[in-house]
Amino acid sequence: MNVEELQQIAATAVEEREKFDYEINVCMGTGCLSQHSDKVKAAIEKEAEGCGKKCHVRRTGCMGLCAAGPMVLMEPSEMRYGHVHEGDAKGLIASLGGEGATRLDPRLDPHLGGYFDGQTHIVLENSGHIDPEKIDEYIARGGYEGLVKALTDMNPASVIEQISKSGLRGRGGGGYPTGLKWDTVAKVKGAQKYVICNGDEGDPGAFMDRSVLESDPQRVIEGMTIAAYAIGATKGFIYVRAEYPLAVQRLTVALREARRRGFLGNAICETTFNFDIDIRLGAGAFVCGEETALIASIEGKRGTPRPRPPYPAVSGLWGDPTLINNVETFANVPPIIRHGGEWFSSMGTARSKGTKVFALTGKIQRTGLVEVPMGMTLRQIIFNIGGGVPDGRKFKAVQTGGPSGGCLPEEHLDLSISYDALISAGSMMGSGGMIVMDDTSCMVSVARFFMEFCMTESCGKCVPCRAGTVQMYELLTKITKGEATHRDLDRLTELCEVVGATSLCGLGQTAPNPVLSTLRYFKHEYLAHIDEKRCPAGVCEFSAATVDAARGVHA
Amino acid sequence: MPLYAERPPLPSEDKRWRIVNGTMRKHGYSRNALIETLHTVQSSFGFLDEPSIRFVAKSLRVPLSQAYGVVTFYHFFSLKPPGKHTCTICLGTACYIKGSDKLVAQTEKLLHIQAGETTPDGEVSFATARCVGACGRAPVVLLDGELSGQIEAAELTKQLERWTTQ
Repeated sequence: MNVEELQQIAATAVEEREKFDYEINVCMGTGCLSQHSDKVKAAIEKEAEGCGKKCHVRRTGCMGLCAAGPMVLMEPSEMRYGHVHEGDAKGLIASLGGEGATRLDPRLDPHLGGYFDGQTHIVLENSGHIDPEKIDEYIARGGYEGLVKALTDMNPASVIEQISKSGLRGRGGGGYPTGLKWDTVAKVKGAQKYVICNGDEGDPGAFMDRSVLESDPQRVIEGMTIAAYAIGATKGFIYVRAEYPLAVQRLTVALREARRRGFLGNAICETTFNFDIDIRLGAGAFVCGEETALIASIEGKRGTPRPRPPYPAVSGLWGDPTLINNVETFANVPPIIRHGGEWFSSMGTARSKGTKVFALTGKIQRTGLVEVPMGMTLRQIIFNIGGGVPDGRKFKAVQTGGPSGGCLPEEHLDLSISYDALISAGSMMGSGGMIVMDDTSCMVSVARFFMEFCMTESCGKCVPCRAGTVQMYELLTKITKGEATHRDLDRLTELCEVVGATSLCGLGQTAPNPVLSTLRYFKHEYLAHIDEKRCPAGVCEFSAATVDAARGVHA
Repeated sequence: MPLYAERPPLPSEDKRWRIVNGTMRKHGYSRNALIETLHTVQSSFGFLDEPSIRFVAKSLRVPLSQAYGVVTFYHFFSLKPPGKHTCTICLGTACYIKGSDKLVAQTEKLLHIQAGETTPDGEVSFATARCVGACGRAPVVLLDGELSGQIEAAELTKQLERWTTQ
């Protein structure tokens, strides 16, 4: 494969598309499929058959606005429809060419307010526009240009230089500079090196990796292959959660297609570079998102982390130098190589470049996947794009970073999103879950919810995490039952410090964060539970005896 | 003495063992294939029982203790056979905020079992999940593996009653 051949494939695919005047894209992601978008697609296909118009019905990946599924995107008019039923097929086909364009759902504006306007799509540029199982559609939109450019025009060092220049940082949560990581692995000597894609998206409330793998799997494969060329690896693994069957299926097809087109295998693009990728299934352990635990899991062992150093860059899978990056990080690589590192670093803030995909969920008008430039404020994301809190309720907090993150109150809504700003506010970027809470959520219960998560998911290897999370959970339960005293609160704070400082891996080190951030911003709720036996949100229930005792009534 | 211990025979005539064996062969009977093989056993048989763990451990020359350790470490593997129907309620953050804890309490009351158990008649297995990644449709319930989003309490009760009164 060389540049001319790639352009030839792209040209053929574009020609194929130009045979049609209209294209109707139907979302077949997990969210829309659960609302029977497969039946909607079949109905539209049937309607399109004898309609006399040249139209093509396409299966695509996620279009972002999961709350309005099943979603349909019309091209070239760029009209989007939500809540499409089988019965709408006739109206949709009739609207082609502008004859009485029907508004399918009065609840939904075709342009969906500000939902799509404020976004910048890099990682999601193809989501909703291509068939995830057809590699040629990916190539037609600039796919594999980056890989061919890297292999034919660039040496490994200049690939790493572009990644460093772009300022890309790890999208899995840590925010480690990607260029630096690649450079480290590239410099380690070793006959066998590995590239691992971390698709063990365990953060509850985050689904961007699932969506990318379901909607545009080739992008991740291309990113991994470029990385392998840069660091000198010959073997790659994608570690995906077993809870994501559709992502696994699409990836399996994508890998087969990539091999067929010669982007994986031996002598890729007629060079001496060989690389292939295997899928490994997770088995439902949150701790496997930690890189050393993930490596243990690929080796077929219990997923327990080990102390670092040595880092996987030096001694990873089977003791060999290994590069581990998140799905979204790899998905950013092809456009960086295609357009250059400077293009990417022109977006975002001083130390956080490019865009970030967020899963906007919870008590919010428009739930779904959004991709915005770094530096956008929380207020813009939640209110302009997400449409704010529904049912006339009041915004209370936004939770970012999953069980490792924290809850930020209204005062912080004007915070610009970046790795460093979120950490200084007591939360973290995490993988990109953003859960909005209104005044019906009790912050102590939320902290208890996350502590329960960490308690159950603790692998049990180190004592602070194994025993500390249980104790913290018990203390939080005591508070929600109205049985706690101020001494319990002091003990909780102390435990937070100890567990955070002494745990072996990120799970334990960050487990206290939800407690610490709610204590920092919502201490009055803790005090209301302890002193007044009252839950300000009305969530926690106290027994009559505790309430009476607080009021000084003695039975 | 042979260099490698002989591989054990298939536990029974059941054709599904050939699928399991196929997975191990694909990975060259390497020890690293333990989790992959257990996945195949679970997807073929629905759960992992002692004979199957013994068979896989012996075939891959993994100590039985290590195989059992792996099975019990990962939530996805089950040592008990599933019920005829399964109901899995997602307890991810987005679902929790939308009240999935209430759905769990209601289901436990209705079926008289705790999460992770199967009704005594073997009809319904009830479990909770750590985020199935469909947060846009919270609260989410998986009924026999089918994802239902934005589910109402009454709707769930109706479905469960249909299963239990059959």
